[in-house]
Amino acid sequence: MNPGRSIILNRIREALRNNPAPRPHTSHSQADAAAETHGHAQREWLPKVGATLPEQIDLFAKISEGLKTEFHRVPTIDAAHNLLKQLAAAEGWKKIASHSHHDTDSLIQGIDLPVVRTEKGYGIDELESCDAGVTGCEVLVAQTGGVMVSVESAGGRALSVLPPHHVVIARASQMVPDLTAAFEHVKKRYGKNLPSFMSFITGPSRTGDIERILVLGAHGPKRLTVLLID
Amino acid sequence: MATQAADFQTLSRRYTADKPFRAFIQKALGGYYKKRDENKANFQDWQGARDLAAETKYEAVNHLDKYLLEFEQKITARGAKVFWAPNAEAAREYILKIAKENGVRSIIKSKTMTSEEIHLNEALEKEGFGVFESDLGEYIVQLRKEAPFHLVFPAMHLTRRQISDLFQKELGSKATDEPEELTMIARDVMRRKYCEADMGISGTNFAVAETGMISITENEGNARLTTSLPRIHVALLGIEKVLPRLEDLSLFLPMLATAGAGQTMTCYNTMYSGPRQPGEPDGPEQMHIVLLDNRRTELLADAEQRDALGCIRCGACLNVCPIFKNVGGYSYGTTYGGPIGSVITPHLRGLKDWKHLSAASSLCGACTEACPVKIDLHHHLLQNRRNGAKASPAVGEKVAFGGFSLMMGHPALYRLAVVFGRIFQPLQGLVNGTILDPLRAWTGSRNFPKLAPKSFHEQWKKERGGRK
Amino acid sequence: MRISLFVPCFVDQLYPNVAWSVVRVLEGLGHEVLFPEGQSCCGQPPFNSGYWDEARSAARVTMKAFRDAEVVVGPSGSCVTMIKVFYPDLFKGEPDELEARELAAKTHEFSSFLVNVLGITDVGAKFDGKVTFHDGCHGLRELGIKSEPRALLANVKGLELVEMSEAETCCGFGGTFAVKYAPISTAMDEVKCASILQTGAGTVVSNDSSCLMQIRGMLEKEKSAVKSLHLAEILASR
Ligand code: SF4
Repeated sequence: MNPGRSIILNRIREALRNNPAPRPHTSHSQADAAAETHGHAQREWLPKVGATLPEQIDLFAKISEGLKTEFHRVPTIDAAHNLLKQLAAAEGWKKIASHSHHDTDSLIQGIDLPVVRTEKGYGIDELESCDAGVTGCEVLVAQTGGVMVSVESAGGRALSVLPPHHVVIARASQMVPDLTAAFEHVKKRYGKNLPSFMSFITGPSRTGDIERILVLGAHGPKRLTVLLID
Repeated sequence: MATQAADFQTLSRRYTADKPFRAFIQKALGGYYKKRDENKANFQDWQGARDLAAETKYEAVNHLDKYLLEFEQKITARGAKVFWAPNAEAAREYILKIAKENGVRSIIKSKTMTSEEIHLNEALEKEGFGVFESDLGEYIVQLRKEAPFHLVFPAMHLTRRQISDLFQKELGSKATDEPEELTMIARDVMRRKYCEADMGISGTNFAVAETGMISITENEGNARLTTSLPRIHVALLGIEKVLPRLEDLSLFLPMLATAGAGQTMTCYNTMYSGPRQPGEPDGPEQMHIVLLDNRRTELLADAEQRDALGCIRCGACLNVCPIFKNVGGYSYGTTYGGPIGSVITPHLRGLKDWKHLSAASSLCGACTEACPVKIDLHHHLLQNRRNGAKASPAVGEKVAFGGFSLMMGHPALYRLAVVFGRIFQPLQGLVNGTILDPLRAWTGSRNFPKLAPKSFHEQWKKERGGRK
Repeated sequence: MRISLFVPCFVDQLYPNVAWSVVRVLEGLGHEVLFPEGQSCCGQPPFNSGYWDEARSAARVTMKAFRDAEVVVGPSGSCVTMIKVFYPDLFKGEPDELEARELAAKTHEFSSFLVNVLGITDVGAKFDGKVTFHDGCHGLRELGIKSEPRALLANVKGLELVEMSEAETCCGFGGTFAVKYAPISTAMDEVKCASILQTGAGTVVSNDSSCLMQIRGMLEKEKSAVKSLHLAEILASR
């Protein structure tokens, strides 16, 4: 253990001792923000989300439009498969990457392209040369138009960010209202053993670093397609 | 005069004289205001969200030891190493040591202001490591050998033409006026760097004590690549960035996005707890967290200004600051510019050399109003002024305000002074605007008002005399 | 009501007509106006520069002058902020902290007093022309005054209010800042004046004379035809 640890901890304790800071000027500081109900307290202030699934899907669709996420609702996995084939043809994909997962397997089954699978490890250059990454996800977040992925649900860390087109497959049952619900979902699913990587993906990669003008596909995917099976 | 204060005067004079530059900055921020307002309006109650954010930070910062220890314990259990760095030097040395021990050759970085603060790139380059900034704006300023202009928009001061010229010169690319083409040039260069790098260095936006995670917010995907592909991940983390609970991110992520860039959510908000775990397909073999104090504890000890440690570095206070918008990021001469920089730099680097930044404000309070975590920024500027005057009063000011308070403390003296003022004003007219004019700083650009022939005091006495 | 008038020192010296306008409006509404002559300056200049001891000396005189006042009204968001917001800070832990708090509680900015205390938005004023309103920062952000002056202006016969895009942007005055950092202060003034000119208004109105001094200084120097008036002057016109 490095000596810095006790140095810093001592400084912190010294600084906090005898030095109560004034409470922030807030309208409800007395409430003391009870830790237990915290996530739910936030819901009073954050953007509103409808309680029903159709409302949530509509909200997700609306936000996706603004984000330039290509959001498609499809009735069946077969319909999703056909859409994927159209995308492959339109963009002239030569190679794709994916991972074993119930829905991704059915989605890419029978597609006439070489597939790099990441779950057992892969070469970086091999993945880099793929035209699309096809993944599942943990949940879709209605409030933000986000896709929550993790190691487990998206074939590792890089599959959903390195190829230029990221295609996500999800079921309507995976729609949750907000980030709080997304965190509840992963805690329920993994308990204390959360994946080492989880990410909220909200639209295709972007930058505004040149004159604050929006450009898609800075370093991550230029396109993000979300296929939702109703 | 301290050199920092003189430099600020010189640079701010130069930048404010450059009207096209000021107009360029104003214009660049125009889109931000619009998007920010739209997104704020989507909140059911933005002010309520700010209150909750301020309270959450209050709780975290006032129990900092507890939450840091919890964070350390949780993330260590996942195989990450936590290094506590009391100062910049310790942090640099540790990172250098890791790089050397592991035979690192090439280093890729994602945006981190903390690394600017500890001058990490210079230290790594001096030891022969190739260091590449992957964030587009950071890459541009790195090629120009400049510091970031703004906490969040590092290259906002440059035109596309300047960037095109830079890429032509440094990368041999062809000239273009299209931001999209320029972005793709950088994308192609960086792709190779990600695949080759052995070490990725990132910053951290939030650390979560409950789950032992760090959370990184970004738009480009460069941080995700930086933390996924190289075999070593080093994350720099200011000690103040810890939050108690995972759910706290449900509030902070949308607020950071809205305040920082006018977005609903930033494109990627990624949480990491440890290096690649057994059975996982990818990710670094090693993860190092460098917990940096570097005088943050001095700010912590100042109870009056402790809330400034709640800063989430969103840059909102810069974007609304009329000083920042007119003098730009480089006038400050600090890592952290704008209002938050003016508040914390005296704590991080010494009051004596940096108190002038607290004086260089009209105290309009736009920063405080914009701050998503309700840091009392402009009042802290007042406190810095008070602390500065107490520690080392400016002789002229002390005398002037001594005289002032003597006069104002004695209404009769005040009225006498007024009579003198009335005699002197015609004389000032003789020297108006010239070097002899004591009011020259004012009259260079503005007419000075004429004293009324009779003050209100005198008029009232004459007209209503006798009545109180 | 017996209203004690608080006249900031620069209003006293430079703009006595603003103070008289306040007197006329309040008397016109049937109130008695007193002017405690012991007042000098609220102490803001030394306070803002960090010289709190000196600020307290000046502030004590103001506190003494208004000790017996029932209610105190001043035509400047900035100077009222000094009393209302900063006196309690300035006197924290001092023997006269309580007195500072009492004065803070009974002191009001002019437009806020009319609307929020007296409940009046129409004072029967008449002013022909297009005006734009500048929100002084202290009034706006420290005292939360935004709708009050607008409500009052809306009832002035013949007056048309056009909002400028930068209404809430600081004019760049900021006390000694305007002289110590003149180039920055001037740049801010330029932004403000450009925004005023863009509205096509013939008059810029504010509830703070110090901002108007800064704005007017540049408009006059640039020989602009745009006039500037304090809100009280508009409300006192008939
Ligand atoms: S002080 Fe507040 S507004 Fe400024 S960068 Fe920090 S969090 Fe954002």
